[in-house]
Amino acid sequence: MSFNAFLFQALNGLSAASGLFFVAAGLSLIFGVTRIVNIAHGSLYMIGTYIAYSIATKVGGAVGFWGGIVLTALLVALIGAAIEILLLRRIYKAPELFQLLATFALVLVINDATLWIWGPEDLLGPRAPGLTGSIEVLGRRLPTYDIFLIFVGPFVLWMLHLALAKTRFGRLMRAATQDREMVGALGVNQAMLFTGVFALGALLAGLGGALQIAREPATLATDLIVIGDAFVVVVVGGMGSISGAYLAAVIIAEVKALCIGLGVVNFGGFTVNFSKLTLVAEFLVMAAVLIARPYGLLGREQVAVRSVAEPEEPLRPATAATKIAGLILLVVLVCLPLIAKNSPYTLVLGIDVLIAVLFATSLHFIMGPGGMHSFGHAAYFGLGAYGAALLVKWFAAPMGLALAAAPVLALFGALLFGWFAVRLSGVYLAMLTLAFAQIVWAAVFQWETLTGGSNGVLGVWPSAPFDSRGAFYFLTLALAVLGVFLLRKFLFAPFGYAMRAGRDSPLRAEAIGLDVKRVHWLAFAIAGAVCGIAGGLFAFAKGSISPETIGVSRSIDGLVMVLLGGIQTLTGPIVGASVYAVLQDFMMRSTEYWRALLGGIILLLVLAFPSGIVGGFVKLISRRKTTSKAAS
Amino acid sequence: MMTARSLHSLAIAGTMAGALTLSFGHAARAQDTIKIGELNSYKTQTAFLDPYKKGWELAIEQINAKGGVLGKKLEVISRDDGSTPGDAVRVADELVTREGVNIIAGTFLSHIGLAVTEFAGKKKVFFLAAEPLTDKITWQNGNKYTFRLRATTYMQVAMLLPDALAAKKKRWALVYPNFEYGQAAVATFKEMMKAKQPDIEFVTEQAPPLGKVDAGAVVQAIDDAKPDAIFNVLFGADFSKLVREGTTRGVFKDRTVVSLLSGEPEYLDPVKEEAPVGWIVTGYPWDKIKTPEYLAFLTAYQKKYNDYPRLGSIVGYVTMTSLAAGIAKAGSTDTDKLIAAFEGLKLDSPFGPFMYRASDHQATMGAYVGKIALEGGKGTMSDFKYVDGASVLPSDAEVKKLRPATE
Repeated sequence: MSFNAFLFQALNGLSAASGLFFVAAGLSLIFGVTRIVNIAHGSLYMIGTYIAYSIATKVGGAVGFWGGIVLTALLVALIGAAIEILLLRRIYKAPELFQLLATFALVLVINDATLWIWGPEDLLGPRAPGLTGSIEVLGRRLPTYDIFLIFVGPFVLWMLHLALAKTRFGRLMRAATQDREMVGALGVNQAMLFTGVFALGALLAGLGGALQIAREPATLATDLIVIGDAFVVVVVGGMGSISGAYLAAVIIAEVKALCIGLGVVNFGGFTVNFSKLTLVAEFLVMAAVLIARPYGLLGREQVAVRSVAEPEEPLRPATAATKIAGLILLVVLVCLPLIAKNSPYTLVLGIDVLIAVLFATSLHFIMGPGGMHSFGHAAYFGLGAYGAALLVKWFAAPMGLALAAAPVLALFGALLFGWFAVRLSGVYLAMLTLAFAQIVWAAVFQWETLTGGSNGVLGVWPSAPFDSRGAFYFLTLALAVLGVFLLRKFLFAPFGYAMRAGRDSPLRAEAIGLDVKRVHWLAFAIAGAVCGIAGGLFAFAKGSISPETIGVSRSIDGLVMVLLGGIQTLTGPIVGASVYAVLQDFMMRSTEYWRALLGGIILLLVLAFPSGIVGGFVKLISRRKTTSKAAS
Repeated sequence: MMTARSLHSLAIAGTMAGALTLSFGHAARAQDTIKIGELNSYKTQTAFLDPYKKGWELAIEQINAKGGVLGKKLEVISRDDGSTPGDAVRVADELVTREGVNIIAGTFLSHIGLAVTEFAGKKKVFFLAAEPLTDKITWQNGNKYTFRLRATTYMQVAMLLPDALAAKKKRWALVYPNFEYGQAAVATFKEMMKAKQPDIEFVTEQAPPLGKVDAGAVVQAIDDAKPDAIFNVLFGADFSKLVREGTTRGVFKDRTVVSLLSGEPEYLDPVKEEAPVGWIVTGYPWDKIKTPEYLAFLTAYQKKYNDYPRLGSIVGYVTMTSLAAGIAKAGSTDTDKLIAAFEGLKLDSPFGPFMYRASDHQATMGAYVGKIALEGGKGTMSDFKYVDGASVLPSDAEVKKLRPATE
């Protein structure tokens, strides 16, 4: 690669960076003020591409294109404001992260709505009027629209900077980012402020989407692609830092452009295709940045938010009644093969539900009592599944050995990644776990000779005596019950109390001699190992495993299950996983627009049970008890 | 006395009970129809699968209007496969265990197709893979129970080979999506070209992630490698981005471009008047084929949907007509008889007659090879010809070596 080629690729990188910056800046602002991890931000961007396409093609010409971009940004801002007012405002008092569940449901609903309105085909917009050509730079042709994008990014950065520094709204936003209770106590209308911030964030997303229509088609896959990139940019730059977001966008876009520019390189007989690295480049950058600078490039330590949610009740061991109910459930589950004799599918679904329960419970172990929000729990599921599957594939290992290896490999992975992750906290920890999960995913995807690449490992079937559906169900049931029971035991052992002490008050826990980092590290490892069992079972239940099964969406599914059930209760993940798995299966069968329906139901559940299903029931009962006591 | 905590357990019990009721309540009905299970990634591959569904619905309507097969009507139970192999296997299991089908069809992406292939082999269920292109479904991972309709990656590349060789270009750049389909297509292309043209040079390889091509940088890297010709495997949104950036930057000027699938309306129509004229492609010129069997299909399709067919429509249509023909030939829906009937099954399609080979269970339905042209502001194909799949497939003896020893 010549020096000129290198410089030119750097220009390409700059124009790509602008697009990344818009969507990341909005996400960062929203998180900074409202603490909402807005998964639907990519969906807002996607709506932007579709609306801008419609205006540009219907109206046509320069007015349709450029006017359409402005109009789109405003329309998406309105949609954002509506989301905040109609939905999010009602659940600010829910436990931390719960709003994520609501925005996840929005992703499902918005995607199906877009399909319904605009149809299934990719829609390529017109070229930008006035900027259709290219000019010669460094002996190469650079599209004029790219030059426009190179400048529009820093321009918007500058405008935002001015708005934040000079206007009253901007000052309030900065104040709310620092200490939102204080802002509220000083008499600022918080509701208005939050709506304004959400609308501004949505506006930036819409603008980012609208600007892309001259370069790429509007497609239904955009939402998830964009949200992944945006998260990485926000975290690398430092949550809440707008300049950081721009810097991070430039770094990531440049790294990618460089990888593409390098192409295939020979290192003395050893060939590396750098363009394949673009698959994971941003996550490598993110992991490196977070390990070296735990709060991102320009971020500051996250201000502790005094939780607006109701204080969490301490965990108590099960009462006799709980134990009896648990036993009854167990008996029902053991008898399920008999009950379901005429509908063998119940067992198929049962196996899936049990695996989901084990997966969600292990995630809840570190998320709830551990206070470590892992966004990359799929990594340990994947290590378990691939550990088992690869032993079968390469060493023809018996099923017992392969299943035993699943938690071991997951344990090692969790020990390694956990060591880095527990050094961080809050959303930075979450994003580092996500980065590790993506690195595992990419390794599995790319290491074709070992893992079978994108097709995965096939032919991983249970051997006798577990080769019948019923027997495998019993095996899954036994391991799931064992796993859940084991995690529960840990929670009520001194180790569990130490873990919760470290979550609730790290300083005091340290003061009484607890090594908080170490305790959390071990907890991370335990959760990883148990999750590995779920992964191993999954591989055998399906007969195959492929990278898609262990991608981001599985991590998100885990979060959804835990939050749906209620993060503050021990039975929450069990209920959440069961409800989610059964609901999804049922919806997929009943309607074409199953995602919208699933999203709609989750939204209803979110509004009805702002502390999860189990949490909601518990609250209902304790309230009734207090009123009956007061009456007597 | 009920405590708050015991309520947790009740909630769980309630959930599980709910799960049970949801999955029961579906007693077996009398078998007055022949049920076919169908599953596909309807939510993520919409551009292809929406027309696909229309295609098979048309086929079922036509078959049942003529009285069905073996005196029974065909009934398709269609499911979304959740777009992941794990969900797809569960859905397939549901179709078999709950709906009681013993014939399944569908799937789009290679890894999902393979997972269902594996499932079919294990559970001894007849499976007609409609769309997934990976060679492995019929070769390395093939099994007795699985057949495949669509022309494979290998076949698509082989169809383009004569034109790629005729271009007589020495320096080739390769660009493909970084997953099995792209990798396999490029590997096949390199191997075949090297065999026929030993002095060929592959000057760069760009493998962007599927759906995330950074088109500006990629076309620039291709241009910097100064190739004489380009072999492209990108499709969908990646293809649109590549075409737009490459055209603006003049990368395709004076270069031969050979491109897989790009002549299919699904991928060609979105770029509209920017269709890259002169590219040598496999595809489907839906408005230019004039054979009577095709026109009959076209008329019926346009009458029913008031829209033109895409390649997905053909695949969906022929999937169901294949199953109908197979069941009719077998005289029953018994799995072993159906397999025996499918081996060597000959039938007519809108593209002309083809057969399911007995040796590797691959259909010989071909594709159209031609050049992209621009007519009336829309991309289409010119100088095209139909290439019969049978003419590019390896011999029975060769594929026997590729397939695992079947029991």
